[in-house]
Amino acid sequence: MSHALRLARRARIPLLVTLAGLMLSGCGVNVIPSYEETAKAKWSDVQNQYQRRADLIPNLVETVKGYAAQEREVLTQVTEARAKASQIKVDASTITDPAKFKEFQDAQNALTGALGRLLVTVERYPDLKSNQNFLALQSQLEGTENRIAVARRDYIEAVRAYNTELKTFPGVLWASTLYRGYKPMETFTVAEDLRRPPTVKF
Amino acid sequence: MPALPAMTPRAADRVRRSRLRTIANRSAVALLLCVVAAAAYALTFPALSGRVVDDAGILDAPTKAALQRKLADFEGKTTGQLVVVTLKSLQGTSIDDYGYQLGRQWGIGQKDKNTGALLIVAPNERKVRIEVGYGFEGTLTDAVSRLIIENSILPRFRVNDFAGGIGRGVDDIIQAVSVDAEEWKSRAKRRPDDQPGFADVLTFLFLMVIFIIIVRRIARQGQPQAGPWGRRGRGGPIFLPMPGSWGSGSSWGSGSSGGFGGGFSGGGGSFGGGGASGSW
Repeated sequence: MSHALRLARRARIPLLVTLAGLMLSGCGVNVIPSYEETAKAKWSDVQNQYQRRADLIPNLVETVKGYAAQEREVLTQVTEARAKASQIKVDASTITDPAKFKEFQDAQNALTGALGRLLVTVERYPDLKSNQNFLALQSQLEGTENRIAVARRDYIEAVRAYNTELKTFPGVLWASTLYRGYKPMETFTVAEDLRRPPTVKF
Repeated sequence: MPALPAMTPRAADRVRRSRLRTIANRSAVALLLCVVAAAAYALTFPALSGRVVDDAGILDAPTKAALQRKLADFEGKTTGQLVVVTLKSLQGTSIDDYGYQLGRQWGIGQKDKNTGALLIVAPNERKVRIEVGYGFEGTLTDAVSRLIIENSILPRFRVNDFAGGIGRGVDDIIQAVSVDAEEWKSRAKRRPDDQPGFADVLTFLFLMVIFIIIVRRIARQGQPQAGPWGRRGRGGPIFLPMPGSWGSGSSWGSGSSGGFGGGFSGGGGSFGGGGASGSW
């Protein structure tokens, strides 16, 4: 009998800890960190897709040069915009730093714009447009722009969930106690998101 | 609000009003977020009634049946899922935007591999798209998708031969993702936790054979004093504990796509905007 009692007493603390843990997770104590992880994962998707686009550009520029070397201005703009976008150091902390985030977004937007102008210019060169290599590059570029759009939208959605959790009940309780270090994340402005690269007709 | 004895009534009023304004602003932002979220999900999608969803009604029954067979056959061979869908309307958005959301909604492709693809035709908007799941992006690249659209699909669509264009498109897609079947297998092997690969099956068979031999030998001996299993044996049924991963059995079959047999359903695959579009 006393043995059973002793056992119960010894098991009391782990039991309480387990119970407390269960109750806490019932109140959503894990929600903020898990939303943060999701948003960070979506952010790295965004970065990957932008990187993928940057990787395509040197090849594209070379191919266009072969047919339309006189379009130096547009080509230089693209190369410079790419260099500028690549120079910006981006990591996980970028998303909670408004200034850095804006810098990233502006640089990528500038590159999007320059690429759009390049694709419009290319319209004037039928030989280039029928070049198989260019066709492949162009469809890759379009596909990448589409993937960027999808990745951005997923990121916006993940950040929306995270930021909302930080500001609404019961998340706001945790945000003001346990998770003081968790800052709201920056997100892409919608207006830019609606802008799409010009589609090139055949 | 805490009492502020030093404040004049007008100042207090101003403070209260500015607080109210902040609250109003915040509510407005929250409301806006709700509207944005609602707008993102405003699209409606047709029901996934089979491997060919002819919402626009441009395919006749025999063509549909033939396509269904072809797609089911493809899925049986490779476990990848391919679905043909024709849409009445794109609901005001682009086919790129509609496509990936439709793919996610239906969950075409296996959950762990995301090997799904959609051939989407919107005859009223004169748009076509090959939407490629994450797992097929390596084989059915954007460039390949574009070539299939330009060379196989659009010429036929331009003369209103929808059945022909879709048929050729499906053939080409199947070919594109089947060419690299070897790559596929190695990919499956690299992630053995997803599904038992060929080597795992061999190991399993090997263990089974040994198991059977042992059981039979013990059964035949009847009185096995010499063997290491002597004490437990006695000719009765013997249970040899299998190594953990084999014992559970749950890892078998769980990864396979749903939809063999009765109805058809997506396996939970996801899409990230891969593929290409065209218009005619």
